[in-house]
Amino acid sequence: MDINFTLVAQAIAFFVLIVFTMKFVWPPLLNAIETRQKDIADGLAAGEKGRAELEQSSKRASEALAEAKVKASEILALAEKRATQIVEDAKGTAKAEGDRIITGAKAEIEQEINRAKEGLRQQVSTLAIAGAEKILRKEIDAKAHAEILTAIANEL
Amino acid sequence: MATEHALTPSSYIEHHLSFNSQSIGQGSFWSLHVDTLVMSVALGVITLGLIWWVVRGATAGVPTKRQAFMELVFDFVDDQVKNIYHGNRHAFIAPAALTVFVWVLMMNAMDFLPVDWVAALVSAIGGEHTKWRVVPTSDINTTFALALTVWFLMIFFAIKAKGLGGWIHELFCSPFGTNPLIWPANFLFNLIEYVSKPLSHSLRLFGNMYAGEVIFLLLGLWAATGVTGTIAGAILGAGWSIFHILIVALQAFIFMMLTVVYLAMAQESH
Repeated sequence: MDINFTLVAQAIAFFVLIVFTMKFVWPPLLNAIETRQKDIADGLAAGEKGRAELEQSSKRASEALAEAKVKASEILALAEKRATQIVEDAKGTAKAEGDRIITGAKAEIEQEINRAKEGLRQQVSTLAIAGAEKILRKEIDAKAHAEILTAIANEL
Repeated sequence: MATEHALTPSSYIEHHLSFNSQSIGQGSFWSLHVDTLVMSVALGVITLGLIWWVVRGATAGVPTKRQAFMELVFDFVDDQVKNIYHGNRHAFIAPAALTVFVWVLMMNAMDFLPVDWVAALVSAIGGEHTKWRVVPTSDINTTFALALTVWFLMIFFAIKAKGLGGWIHELFCSPFGTNPLIWPANFLFNLIEYVSKPLSHSLRLFGNMYAGEVIFLLLGLWAATGVTGTIAGAILGAGWSIFHILIVALQAFIFMMLTVVYLAMAQESH
């Protein structure tokens, strides 16, 4: 049990070691740990925020989906209406076209009939003249009797 | 057994419990225990240097295993300090606690070195009668040095926190009251407290480590008596070493806790 100068030397060594720890050992570790703690806290907060955002956006998405559904059914109804309208229009057009064709055909037929009638009339008048010639056994003056012949032809 | 002549139990123990003392002046005070000083300074420099080397590039990201270990130690000390001291512990008290804990732990751990191996190594280097005590904390100078440093820091922080007047006021007016009639009682009380703190602080550590060393020496003595003694000494030595792991860690922990408590108490008003 001899107290001597070792005590003073040890006290100085102790103090120097404390100062060394205080200056060089403690701050970097403290800094690293506190930074990491902050990083983790930030990460957790960001995760929480992300989750909230996800919830919100999924709500928005379902809303948009419902809206789109409504819109789609509207468009469908409109399209159906339009389709029936088109069909109706086409029906009308076709009917008019048919009518037009029928009218044309009828007119043509009428014309054809008239032409045939004319032809027949000519032939009948020729036949009538020939017949009259044969009956009278003499030539009839065509010029003198043209008036009569024309009248006959018109009567036919 | 470093000496082969005149080997008596008392000379063996005396040899192992003598310091490598060098005189640096007149009188018994002016001498240095070279062994204590070299061992403690080397341990402090190596241990704290190692910690410094690891934490120098400490990253806030994924830590290396070394850094994680240091953070474990850091957290352990920091938790203890946090529970006791509620000021800004990072400025002084927590680093001081870490220093005390690590340093005292390492100095105590020197007790695990087999006493006769150390003696053999020392006599091989410095001659047969070179004395070398390897456990700095079993030197009363070391434990007193630590305790007195803490004591001075304690007074320094008390004056810093309360002012010189406040500190002197507290010396005379607490714990019993401000009445001038009980000033002497208060002062006596505080005086006892201020004397007993460093004494109990240092003697607890010294006693434990010194006793541990003596028991190792006694077991070594037994081992010198023959085959039976060697076997029994080895078994008991192993048992005592294992138990001593607890004492070494516990005493370092207690020393750190008392340091923190004293420094924290100094800054609180009674």
